Amino acid sequence: MAGQITLKSHRFRTEREASWRELEVILKAIEGRGMKSLSDAQIVALPRLYRSTLSSLSVARATSLDQGVILYLESLTARAYYILYGSQVSLGKRISTFFLRDWPLAAKALWKETAISAALTLLAAVLAFILVKNNPDWFYTFMPDSMAAGRTPAASAETLRETLYHDEGADGLGIFASYLFSHNSKVAMFAFALGFAFCIPTAILLLYNGFILGSFIAIFSEKSLGFEVGGWLIIHGATEIFAIILAGAAGMHIGKAVAFPGELTRTESASKAGGAASLLMAGVVIMLFFAGLLEGFGRQLITNDFIRYAIGLSTLTIWVLYFYGPRRKEADT
Amino acid sequence: MASVISQRKVDQRRLITPEGIDLQVQLADIGARIGAYVIDQIIINVGLVAAFFLIIFGGISAGPDVAITIFILVNFFVRNFYYMFFEMGPKAATPGKRMSKIRVASRTHARLTANAVFARNALREIEINLPLSFLFMSGSAVDGWISLLGLLWSGIFLFFPLFNKDRLRAGDLIAGTWVVRAPKPILAKDLASENADLDSAFTFTPEQVEAYGVHELHVLENVIRANEPQTVKDVADRIRNKIKWSKGMSEGDLDFLKAYYAALRGRLETRLLFGVRRKDKFDKT
Repeated sequence: MAGQITLKSHRFRTEREASWRELEVILKAIEGRGMKSLSDAQIVALPRLYRSTLSSLSVARATSLDQGVILYLESLTARAYYILYGSQVSLGKRISTFFLRDWPLAAKALWKETAISAALTLLAAVLAFILVKNNPDWFYTFMPDSMAAGRTPAASAETLRETLYHDEGADGLGIFASYLFSHNSKVAMFAFALGFAFCIPTAILLLYNGFILGSFIAIFSEKSLGFEVGGWLIIHGATEIFAIILAGAAGMHIGKAVAFPGELTRTESASKAGGAASLLMAGVVIMLFFAGLLEGFGRQLITNDFIRYAIGLSTLTIWVLYFYGPRRKEADT
Repeated sequence: MASVISQRKVDQRRLITPEGIDLQVQLADIGARIGAYVIDQIIINVGLVAAFFLIIFGGISAGPDVAITIFILVNFFVRNFYYMFFEMGPKAATPGKRMSKIRVASRTHARLTANAVFARNALREIEINLPLSFLFMSGSAVDGWISLLGLLWSGIFLFFPLFNKDRLRAGDLIAGTWVVRAPKPILAKDLASENADLDSAFTFTPEQVEAYGVHELHVLENVIRANEPQTVKDVADRIRNKIKWSKGMSEGDLDFLKAYYAALRGRLETRLLFGVRRKDKFDKT
């Protein structure tokens, strides 16, 4: 007797099903070929269909015991929700906001962490410089053999000078490519990624990087090539070392948020900090690319120390102005 | 069947739309995520091997050095941007994730931004590649013990998703994302409508349709949809016993279940309209 009359939930389903199917077709088109493939009528219909399906879901939950319908509506509305409330900014617009606002603002917001990580690098570099100056044996402690590549305290002044101006005939592109996998971009990646563990691994990495830098400069200055090595380093180092320092700052920002979440839960705090830090990190990747180009081409082509200094210092100035210079306030987009 | 329903409860998370409706998203299970990762890795590596041969053979004229350099660049880009490219798309899923029917979503009401996708993939390096590099580190270069300690330490990141209730990777934690199920919506047939012609053969008394609640109805629905002969027979016998139904001569087990399902659902839905939701057979409301 109960089955002979059609169930209300079944009638509900037959009445609404056409509009659910319509929404499904539109979603499929968007996921496959993008928003642009929709006709005008479909664009107008989309929000209406989304809301009516959402209301179908509420009604179904309250009155229907047909699991098939409820599961279907849940996954359909979730799919529509992710599209309607998903990221709708075009890629071009996204990239331009990144360069105009997001990246420099993130760097500016993290100035404290940047200062700390710069201080750590500098401290370690000075310390290593003094140690190696007094006792060249320290050099072997700081510098892994693979990185030294013959540039040790035992090398003659001529050999060292040679390394500053010639790179054994390697072509620029080759150096650029190998650079991407080199020590320094790994250091930057790890400085960011490990910051998560309460900043400590990041601080150690920055110190270690500073030690290498300091001891490296020390052996050259021992052979009175201090000025020359400065030019060799600064032409790309201004960008590269800055990038590593920023990566360290991004890592510390997250580490700090995990260690001291304040009012928020640790998870919330980490993901809040992660926003600015990952923006900055995207910028660091770009800086490292730029540094790779400077190292691959700039340093090979330009062997004059003064021009090297000029390029290095002016890139440094440009970065500083770009990050910390005053900029117009704009409404959030 | 019951385990499917209770697993849904464990994996269920609230996602309230601006319209105020809880969409009840389901977290992706670990198996699906590992499956997706493996598929993606296969795609990346097969692609790279193909690219390798293409570049080497195509680039002979330009010189082997140039060809290898180009390959190194391609390798770098593909490895780093594969995940980001696909997860920034409208499906927010890599091909592997699509095949496993899962996707990346924002943990809050906020949109899934490009930054979040970047952040969650930037941490992939330490989560997976770092443990691997400790594992394959040659014994001579580094002390075995340091290697082991490194493996343990980095293993914390690798197994991170197993130790939190939302199955977040470290990257998800930082980016404010999680990975949820994104099944293709398939509207299953309404079981109550299929058997209109059978109804005359089955007439249940009010006491008989009072025997069960919503939970049993859903289990019954799953049994009918799965349609495994042995289960269908067992369940039909259990129900006949419970409601004291005498089996007719040519009565099929599945037909009986369908008819009883329709009757039970009709009864429970009517009561639902009056604001009474009977959870299960122990519910006395």
